Amino acid sequence: MIFNELYSAYYNSVAKIIAAVIDGKTDDETLSKIVSDNAFGESMLTVLPSIKSEKWQLIKSDMTTELKHIPSMPLTLIQKQWLKAVSLDPRIKLFNVQITGLEKVEPLFTPEDYFIYDKYGDGDPYDDENYGEHFRTVLYALKNGKNLKIEMLNRRGNTVFMKCVPERLEYSEKDDKFRLAVSGNRFIKTVNLARITKCRVFDDPVFHSSAPKEKLESLTLKVREERNTLERCMLHFAHFEKRAEKADGHYLLHIKFNSDDEPEMVIRVLSFGPTVEVMGPASFKNKIIDKLKSQKSCELN
Amino acid sequence: MSSYSELIKNFEKIRGYMREFYVYGFKSREEYNKKSARSYDDERRRMESWLGDNMSFVRTPEGKNVFISIDSRVRQHNPFFKALKTKSFTDGDITLHFILFDILYSPEIVLSLPEILEKIDGYLSGFEDPMVFDESTVRKKLNEYMYQGIVTGEKTGRKMMYRRAYDTPLPDITDILNFYSEVAPCGVIGSFLLDKNGNKSDFFSFKHHYITSALDSDVLSMLFKAMREKRVITVSNISRRTAAPRKNRIIPLRIFISVQNGRQHLLAYQPDFNTIKSFRIDYLSDVKLEETTPRFDELRNDLDRMQAHMWGVTAKKNRNSEERLEHVEFTVKIAENEEHIIRRLDREKRVGQIQKLDDNTYSFSADVYDSSEMIPWIRTFICRITELHFSNRAVEKQFKRDIKEMYCLYGIEEAGM
Repeated sequence: MIFNELYSAYYNSVAKIIAAVIDGKTDDETLSKIVSDNAFGESMLTVLPSIKSEKWQLIKSDMTTELKHIPSMPLTLIQKQWLKAVSLDPRIKLFNVQITGLEKVEPLFTPEDYFIYDKYGDGDPYDDENYGEHFRTVLYALKNGKNLKIEMLNRRGNTVFMKCVPERLEYSEKDDKFRLAVSGNRFIKTVNLARITKCRVFDDPVFHSSAPKEKLESLTLKVREERNTLERCMLHFAHFEKRAEKADGHYLLHIKFNSDDEPEMVIRVLSFGPTVEVMGPASFKNKIIDKLKSQKSCELN
Repeated sequence: MSSYSELIKNFEKIRGYMREFYVYGFKSREEYNKKSARSYDDERRRMESWLGDNMSFVRTPEGKNVFISIDSRVRQHNPFFKALKTKSFTDGDITLHFILFDILYSPEIVLSLPEILEKIDGYLSGFEDPMVFDESTVRKKLNEYMYQGIVTGEKTGRKMMYRRAYDTPLPDITDILNFYSEVAPCGVIGSFLLDKNGNKSDFFSFKHHYITSALDSDVLSMLFKAMREKRVITVSNISRRTAAPRKNRIIPLRIFISVQNGRQHLLAYQPDFNTIKSFRIDYLSDVKLEETTPRFDELRNDLDRMQAHMWGVTAKKNRNSEERLEHVEFTVKIAENEEHIIRRLDREKRVGQIQKLDDNTYSFSADVYDSSEMIPWIRTFICRITELHFSNRAVEKQFKRDIKEMYCLYGIEEAGM
């Protein structure tokens, strides 16, 4: 079972509290911080009082303990099985790390046991050695605060050179692609990893600019409760910051999305047909209207 | 009257609440009428404690609506994983856990149950009111840990000797854990491992990232276990059509995951109906593994073959094993410099073929079990569809009616034209 106290935030917090006490750190501030960092909003009301009152008999009221070792636990079977399953994934090569010691462990699942049926077919080339090198260089730069010099092909197939500050590596499960968000370049904010032809870190602090700011747009949709649209629509847009409200015989869904993604949002809304209607903004609604007008001119009978 | 606790014994109840708060979020307290008001208040308080700032509320004439709003693109770690770290335990459980692993601090320490009991007493004697653990409690706990794979037991003569399991020496896999905890099935296990090594990082982010599947991790892990062991299962299924959960006896064959609509399905063989059917995983609970089945490989091969005609999760419709395919064909026009539309067709099609008719016209055709599953995708080409033919005439008519309705909705055409 995954839902088990062995993995609970309380066990993790208590393990760290015991380690601190063994290390001679018994002040309330240290121990409270451990709880707030590792558990939940109201855990403070339970964890330390349970220890101090000797309800959990691990640390005595004088803050000494009979426990002699920093708490540790071997990997559980399901943790090993999950790691083994992950080691069978084609993207694992990107990390260039061999997970050994699991040879006799049965995987929790294999690629045969699940199927992502609506992932796009032109995902990144994980088997390509150059791609793997670029991935690792980018990750190294991100982790070590280094800048990058990148040579890549733009949309028109022309070679482009750029210097940039890597900000984060974004993976889209739908596109099956990695994209690097960058700053420090006036024209380019995102680099598709698969378009990189050369990539290296450089130390010169030639520039620095703030991380790219996402420009968020708001969208309001009127959702009719027909053909299970309400559930489909709510789930479909679940990954956005959103708010829903009941109105007269329908529902209103307010979504915030990145303005760069507007073309994608337009077709996502269109995919619901007439049971989802754009209420605003007008510019978004006009894009739907333009598409419908073009469709009408196709004279589909 | 039991007092409120942040921790829970059973995940099933809160699993439903969390989904409702996250996916819908427009219901007021009074509308959660399936459960008592007290239950609602407790579950809401727990979620607030676990999820903090991710919880929001609005006041409406019907009352206060609480909802969970998370833009998963700006979160590097799935906040719902916290819910799976809330299992309750007794005072004895936690005390015994840390003492046992302090006694068995290395795999070289091998002890019998009486020896372990004696040592436990030594740890507790200094407390004002020391706990007492009897033999059966400690044996039960050790057996539980053997099942979890963290303690091993070996019989020496008639005596069972216990030791801590050998640990697996792992290289630095922090990056792997940060990535796969978000994208692999049962990713919460990666989050448990991150808690263990304490090295979470924020270099990865995730787009089009559906996070509710985390709530189904336990069910999913049991389904994987059943498939790995080629077992029949019994499982409770809530259907949209029936109020009470229905018990199903099925052979799980494969998990179908959508990265476009946030749903996960189990494709399973239903012996009673001799058919392969899909089940929403968020509607499943109480998975029980039964006997192994010799038919697993044959049925999975069958599903492999059928996948060539599946757009979504519908395998076949007919209860008599007759596979009836529906033909779908549509044509799109492109202007100059719109080749990206054809690339889109190509990368987004899951089955079927594209044919170039002339420089500006391409057709797509496919034979699928359920052509209605393709409708949302075909609608994304609205503005350029010039021809459309479905062998299932009802679906074709509905598609065309819908387009007309959209013309009216947006004022392009008047109703009734």
